[in-house]
Amino acid sequence: MASPLFVRNDMLPPLPPPAGERGVVKWLRENLFSSVLNSVLTLLACLAVLWLASFILPWLAHSVWNASSLAECREKIAASFGPEAAGPCWAVIRLRWNQFLFGLYPQAEYWRPTTAAALMMVSLSPVLYYGLRRPALNITVTMTVLLVLALIGLGTDWGHIVLSVAIMLALMAVAATAPKRLLWLTLLFPFIAFFLIWGGPIWTAVGTLAGFVIFALVWQFVQKPLGVVVGAGVGLVVAAIWWTSLQSSVTGVLAAALPWGLPYVVSDNIGGFLLAFVIGITAISASLPIGVLLALGRRSDMPLIHSLSVGFIEFFRGVPLITVLFAANFLLLYFLPPRTNFDLILRVIIVVIIFASAYIAEVIRGGLAALPRGQYEAADALGLDYWQAQRLIIMPQALKISIPGIVSSFIGLFKDTTLVALVGLMDPLQGVTKIVRSDNAWKGLYWEPYIFVGGIFFLVCFSMSRYSMYLERKLKTDHR
Amino acid sequence: MRKSVFLGTVAAATLFAGLASAGTLDDVKARGQLLCGSNTGLTGFGSPDASGNWTGLDVDVCRAVAAAVFGDSTKVKFVPLTGETRFTALQSGEVDVLVRNSTWTYSRDTDLKLDFVAVNYYDGQGFMVKKDLGVSSAKELDGATVCIQSGTTTELNLADFFKTNKISYTPVNVADDAEALRQFEAGACDAYTTDASGLAASRAGLSSPQDYVILPEIISKEPLGPAVRHGDSAWGDVIRWSYFTMLIAEEKGITKANVDEIVKAATDDTNYDPEVRRLLGVDGDMGKLMGVDAKFAYNIIKQVGNYGESFEANVGTNTPIGLARGLNALWTQGGLQYAPPLR
Repeated sequence: MASPLFVRNDMLPPLPPPAGERGVVKWLRENLFSSVLNSVLTLLACLAVLWLASFILPWLAHSVWNASSLAECREKIAASFGPEAAGPCWAVIRLRWNQFLFGLYPQAEYWRPTTAAALMMVSLSPVLYYGLRRPALNITVTMTVLLVLALIGLGTDWGHIVLSVAIMLALMAVAATAPKRLLWLTLLFPFIAFFLIWGGPIWTAVGTLAGFVIFALVWQFVQKPLGVVVGAGVGLVVAAIWWTSLQSSVTGVLAAALPWGLPYVVSDNIGGFLLAFVIGITAISASLPIGVLLALGRRSDMPLIHSLSVGFIEFFRGVPLITVLFAANFLLLYFLPPRTNFDLILRVIIVVIIFASAYIAEVIRGGLAALPRGQYEAADALGLDYWQAQRLIIMPQALKISIPGIVSSFIGLFKDTTLVALVGLMDPLQGVTKIVRSDNAWKGLYWEPYIFVGGIFFLVCFSMSRYSMYLERKLKTDHR
Repeated sequence: MRKSVFLGTVAAATLFAGLASAGTLDDVKARGQLLCGSNTGLTGFGSPDASGNWTGLDVDVCRAVAAAVFGDSTKVKFVPLTGETRFTALQSGEVDVLVRNSTWTYSRDTDLKLDFVAVNYYDGQGFMVKKDLGVSSAKELDGATVCIQSGTTTELNLADFFKTNKISYTPVNVADDAEALRQFEAGACDAYTTDASGLAASRAGLSSPQDYVILPEIISKEPLGPAVRHGDSAWGDVIRWSYFTMLIAEEKGITKANVDEIVKAATDDTNYDPEVRRLLGVDGDMGKLMGVDAKFAYNIIKQVGNYGESFEANVGTNTPIGLARGLNALWTQGGLQYAPPLR
C-alpha cells in the first residue's frame, strides 16, 4: 500500500530566477530605470549621447590617413564622401608624429630618449614594486620587447639596437636574480637619462654624480657624531664646492684623456612629449622628497624652520605657475651676471620642482595630521629619535594616507607641463602644434593635434591613477 | 662720507654694467653663434620645418647677420619667443637680436628701450569676410561681429577704426590664429581681422578659400622689423647693414646665383658699378668699418640671397601665402624698401 506521504529523494535543480530578476534586465531595471525620474533621465542621457555620436562618428568615419597636405586630405574626403563631408586628417599625425614625441630632436639620435624611456620604466619597478621579482622581471622583459620594436620602428642602426638590448638583458639578469639591486639603477637613472638625452662627454654626468657620492660619504661620516641635519648641511657644502669649483677642471681633464660621449643635443631641440616627460618626471621625483621635508618643517617646533617652511609653501601655493615660469624666464637672467648661459629647460624644471614641492608638502601634511597622536607617542615610547620615528612609524602611514592626494598632484603637475609653451618651449600641445600648423601644408588644422596629444596625456594620467588604486589596495592593512 | 661711498659704488656699478653690456658684436663673435629671437611658428616669417630647419622672411635676416659676422649663415641659434616674452628676452640679453614680426611703435622704441634698426616687412591690419556677406569695404561692416586676437595692437586698431568711422561692432575674442580661423569658418563672426600678411596665409588654410575675400582697406601701419637693445649702436649697425645689403643686392640685380659671376666681372673690370665693387669687397674694405669681414656682403648674398629672393621664397606669390610685393617693393618700383647708399 502506497504511503500517503510522498518524500522526494532527489533534490530539484534550482530554477533560474524570474526573467525580471536576472541578467541584463535586472541590471537595467536597478541601475537605469528604478523610478520614473531615473527612467526619464536615462532616456535623456541616451539621446544626448546619440546626438553627440551623430556628429562625431561620421566625422571619424571620414578619417584620412594618407595625404601630404590638408588640401589633399580635403580633396580625398570630398572625393569619397561628397563635397559637404568633413573629416579628420590624421595624415598630419602620421607624418609629424616624431615632432609631437621628440620636438626637433635629431632623427638619428631618437634611440637615446627611447632607451632612456625604457630604462625609466625599469628603474621605476623597484620603486613601484620593491623587492618583488615577478613584476620587476615582467617590466624588464616587456620594456625590452617594446624597446626593440620601437628602435626598429624608428629606423635605428643595428649597433645601437644591440647596445640597448645588451643593457636591457643585463638588467633582466639583475631583475631575475636580485630584484632589490635594481634600486641602484633607480638612483643612477637621473644621470643616465641626462647623459642619454643631452649627450656631450660622459664625464659631465659622472662629475655631477660624483658630487652626490661626495655628499653621501660626508653625510655618512658626519651624521654619526653631529646628527642628520648638520651632516646634510656639511655634505651639501662639500658637494657644492666640488660642483662649482673642482668638477669642471677634473671632468675637463678626463674628457680630454678619454673622449667618450654622445653627440650633444641643444635644449632648444628638445620638445614634444620628450620635454613633457623630462619636466614631469624630474619634477615628480624631486618634489616628493622635498615635499616631505617641507611638510615636516611646517610641523616642526623650531621657529626658524617652521616659519621658513610656511613662507615657502604659502608663497609658492599662492602664485600661479605661469607667474613662476615667467619669473624663471626673465627675472633670473637679470640677477645673473651677463653672458651667463643658464639653460631655459633647467630653469623651468627648477621652478616646477619648487612649485610642485609646495603642493606635495601640503598633501603630506594632511597625511601627517590624520595620524592619531598615539602613533607619535608610541614612537617616542619606543625610544626612537626624531628621524627614526619619521622613517619607521610616521611617514609610512602618512604617505599611505596621502597616496590619492599625491597622485592627483602628480597628474596635475604632468598636465601643467604644457604651460611651458608660454615661455617659448616646445610643449606637445601648443608648441609643436603651432610649428606643425605654421607649415603651409597643414595650415587650417584644428582638432587633430589636440585629439592626438590629449589621447596620450589621458593614457599616461590614467595609468598613474590606476597604479595609485593598486597601491592603495596593496597597502590596505586596516580592517575597515 | 657714507653717501659718497654709496654714490661711488653706484657709479662704479653703472660703469661696470655699461662695460659689461657694451660690445654685443664681440660677445657674439666670442660665442661663435648668433642668438636670434624668433617666432614660435609663423608661416612665411619664421618657423622650423619637419626636420627642424628654420625658414622664413625674418629667419633670413638672422641668417644674413650670421653670414656677415661669421661668414656662415648657419651659425644662428633661433630662440622661439612668444608675444609676451619677446621684449624681455631681448632686454635681459637672452637673445642678441629680435626678428619676430614685431611692430615698430613709439612706446616700444622709447619706453621699452629698443632700437628698431630697419623695417623688413611693411604690414598693415586688414579684414577678411565671407564672400556671400556682400561687403566690399570695411566701412560697410556696421554691426558686424569681428574675430580678433585678444591682447594685441590689432585689437586697439580695430576699436579706433570703428570709432572714427562711427560704426558699431561686436568683438569675438580668440586666443590665436588657429582658433580665430575655426571660429570664423564656423560662422561665429562675420569678419576676421589681423595683419594682412597673416590674413593671406590664413585664407589659404580655409577649406574653401574662394568663398572668402580680403577687403581692400588697411586700417593700420605695422612696420615689422628687427630690434636690438638701446645703447649698442655698433651692433645695431651690423643688423641694419646686413639687411640693407640684401636690399642693395636686389636693387643692383645681384642674386644668389649670379653673385660669383658679378664678383668676377667687378674684379676684372675697374669701371664696373662702383657701389657694387664696394659692396662685394672688391674695392676697399667696407666691412672693417663695422667690424666684420670685407666679404660680408658677398657671404650674405651667396648664402641667403637678396631681399627679393628671400621674399619670393618665403611669402611671395608662388608660395601658398601668395603676398604681392606692394609696399615692400623696392623704392625704384614704387615700394618703400629703400637702402641708403653704401659709401
